[in-house]
Amino acid sequence: MSTTTPPKAIDGAIGFADERFATAGFLRGKMKKVFPDHWSFMLGEIALYSFIILLLSGTFLTLWFKPSMSEVVYHGSYTKLNGVSMSEAYSSTLHISFDVRGGLLMRQIHHWSAILFLGSIMAHMLRVFFTGAYRKPREINWLIGITMFTVAILEGLFGYSLPDDLLSGTGLRITQGVLQSIPIVGSYLYFFAFGGEFPGQDFIPRLYTVHVLLIPGILLALVAAHFMILWFQGHTQFPGKNREEKSVMGKPFYPVFLIKTTAFFVFTFMVVALLGTFAQINPIWLFGPYTPDSITAGSQPDFYMGFLEGALRIMPNWETNLWGHTVSWNVLVPALVPLGLIMTGAAVWPFVEQWATGDRRIHHIADRPRNAPFRTAVGMAAVAFYGLLWLAGGNDVLADKFHISLYQTTWFFRFAVFIGPVIAYIVTKRICLGLQRKDAAEYGHGVESGIIKMLPSGEFIEVHEPVKDDAEAVLASKPAAPALIAGQEEDENGIPSPASRGPLGRARRALNGAFAADDIPIGNGHAAGHGPGEPGAPGDDDGDAVVKHPETEGGEHRELSRG
Amino acid sequence: MTDNNETSGATPEEESRVPKRVIGTPSPAGTQELLPEEKAKEGGNAYVLDETKARKAERVAAAFFTLSFLAGIAFIVFYAVWPGHVGNIDRAARSNYTLGTALTVVFLGLAVGMTIWVRHLVTTKEIVQERHALSSTPEDRQVFNQYFQEGTDESGLLKRRLLRRTLLLAAAPLGLLPLILLRDLGPLPEKKLRHTAWKQGTRLVVDGTGQPLKAADFNSPGGIITVVPEGSEDNLNEIATSTVLLLNLPEDQLKVKKGRENWNVGGIVAYSKICTHVGCPAALYEQTTHHILCPCHQSTFDALDSAKVIFGPAARPLPQLPIGVDSEGYLIAASDFHEPVGPSFWERGRPKV
Repeated sequence: MSTTTPPKAIDGAIGFADERFATAGFLRGKMKKVFPDHWSFMLGEIALYSFIILLLSGTFLTLWFKPSMSEVVYHGSYTKLNGVSMSEAYSSTLHISFDVRGGLLMRQIHHWSAILFLGSIMAHMLRVFFTGAYRKPREINWLIGITMFTVAILEGLFGYSLPDDLLSGTGLRITQGVLQSIPIVGSYLYFFAFGGEFPGQDFIPRLYTVHVLLIPGILLALVAAHFMILWFQGHTQFPGKNREEKSVMGKPFYPVFLIKTTAFFVFTFMVVALLGTFAQINPIWLFGPYTPDSITAGSQPDFYMGFLEGALRIMPNWETNLWGHTVSWNVLVPALVPLGLIMTGAAVWPFVEQWATGDRRIHHIADRPRNAPFRTAVGMAAVAFYGLLWLAGGNDVLADKFHISLYQTTWFFRFAVFIGPVIAYIVTKRICLGLQRKDAAEYGHGVESGIIKMLPSGEFIEVHEPVKDDAEAVLASKPAAPALIAGQEEDENGIPSPASRGPLGRARRALNGAFAADDIPIGNGHAAGHGPGEPGAPGDDDGDAVVKHPETEGGEHRELSRG
Repeated sequence: MTDNNETSGATPEEESRVPKRVIGTPSPAGTQELLPEEKAKEGGNAYVLDETKARKAERVAAAFFTLSFLAGIAFIVFYAVWPGHVGNIDRAARSNYTLGTALTVVFLGLAVGMTIWVRHLVTTKEIVQERHALSSTPEDRQVFNQYFQEGTDESGLLKRRLLRRTLLLAAAPLGLLPLILLRDLGPLPEKKLRHTAWKQGTRLVVDGTGQPLKAADFNSPGGIITVVPEGSEDNLNEIATSTVLLLNLPEDQLKVKKGRENWNVGGIVAYSKICTHVGCPAALYEQTTHHILCPCHQSTFDALDSAKVIFGPAARPLPQLPIGVDSEGYLIAASDFHEPVGPSFWERGRPKV
């Protein structure tokens, strides 16, 4: 069924390109590039495709949107606002919604894709973090990803600020207040950004240029870099049968991955079209135009800004006045610290891990999160920190819906953002170790088969079956815990080695210990899975047909009824 | 849905990790081994499809593509022919449903069709590919280093110090130019953050209507109204700093601060509506407790006690505007605010007592 020459027309086109760009030689190896398969590898694709949808729908919106703060009196299809004075930005957004066919749909698709974009970036980053896919050689791509995430948050904020409705104007007002609080340069930054006093005439047009040109350009360049690096380095794959560091298993780019990924793009588009059709988002006509003296209760930013909003809400009202200068810790700390902690922490993590574990090898096989308990636990602590701040951003809604005092809700979050991550850390680590124990037991003893046997002695046992070889390969893939770094140990007199002295050395030793601690080795199911005093496995005398693994000799049965 | 494509044993994550079993029943022991794992090897480079099943899959995919086509046509027809798209909110809503549904079905048909195609009709097998080395060969590196060294030497950049230093010197201001060019983005703040549109004698007018207000007209106890300076009603920049909450408080409960004895008119007090946290309008007022609450971050101020902060992230009380009554009985400002309104800033300094 396969012929070696393509149809004439295509052959002609290929020839045309090849005689000018040597395309065949260039693309030869690339067409068969293997892409490993796993649902979680598609999270980044969702981000890419929602970005493309954003570019498409955003271009449509620019054809009618007027980025201007000039005041006009509205006379249009939305009669409830007739005669109301508003900015041109707001009135043109109303025009897109009510007077342009498909305009409302495109606005809603644009907004939903923005939310999907940020959401999928977060999910993608969590996947990469928890599976250790940021490790060498992929650290640079991890950093590019963090940069894109940060820029995308800004892009989203700027985007929903453009229509100049009451909600987004309130967001801008908060942005201005935060800008103004920056020490030394704050009031200058504020006046330069707004071209004078808030709200002024300049800000929306400037924001527009940044939103439709500058940031999309930066994102496009970073996306290109991200993909070129991904293409060059290849994708990670999960452990399994026939999965090795030096090879990659999956289906080739052409045709399988190409069709799959195109289908996935269309699926993504379908989902945002569906949301844009049936799930109303940002109904700016209900909010009314922005005026600096109006506000609605329950003002909530888009979800990706929620953690900053929450931090602003729960921060105690600390402000210092020293030598005639005011520092608003109540604004600066929540605006900078959570974002800084999460982004900087994520950015330095791969390098800290390398430094602490001494592991500078290339990794193409992704970790199972349970097999890196320290990393997984720290990651979950960060998730808890972020999630609690995010919830705190809706403390008024929570207080209202659950009939709790607003102030008690705030106090709860003031403590919870510190205690929650600690609990998350401990619980996650325990879960990881429990799963490691289960893995070790399964590997050593097999899985319960459901077959109950009576032994000649009258004892009942449940027959355990060896794990299937696919699953076994996954279990066996568990890497050994990072070794303690050589030269870090104490000598015979109890004197630490020179490398581990000093604050840095001690920190490294402590971190190294954290990475190495609490490891349950696979292939030693007895030590891990059973307590002492267990009678020897009844073993082979029941003569059943279970296929045994050499490693699991004598260990494949477990008593059903242990005291 | 069991063509060769999927029963290949090479996709472990698609199958369950342990044998499926209903608790309490004997397991179908060893069934996994009976699955045709090796079947994939038949047919050389590609899977051989069961033609009956393949034809069925093709028909299903074709049906979805046709659905997509029809929805696309429907979209165009809706758009072009149906008159009721725009003009009022109900039409916009209906238009959104029709166009959106058509668009969704266009994508749905395409995506599902393609998925069926790739899962059931594409015969490409899973392959294992060697990963190429990510670093260059030692030889490449060595040659590169050599060329780099040679080139640098030949350029004379290391040897000719004057050349190098003046080149760096020339580049330094170049980096500053873009920043310098941004200077005209806005005026300097100067004292603008310290002043509002209020002056001695400015009448308080009701926000929205622009009506001046007599003390006698604002006599409902517990009343609250937003006022702006007369003449600033349509100036957003001035509203953004000068908006004031006018409250009628029970005079006997009012804790008047020293020096502010004549800042109120018979229990009518005026506080800046701009929150001292990050500048939202502190617009919520609870009559029974006389608390002013900013809905953005829930800073709460006690209206009876000079709007001091009783909860939330705001660090300073809402500044109070001294008010009086003019000869015609209208409420007027006795002066501008005595301290900057709104969020803090570096040059603000200690709040005045």
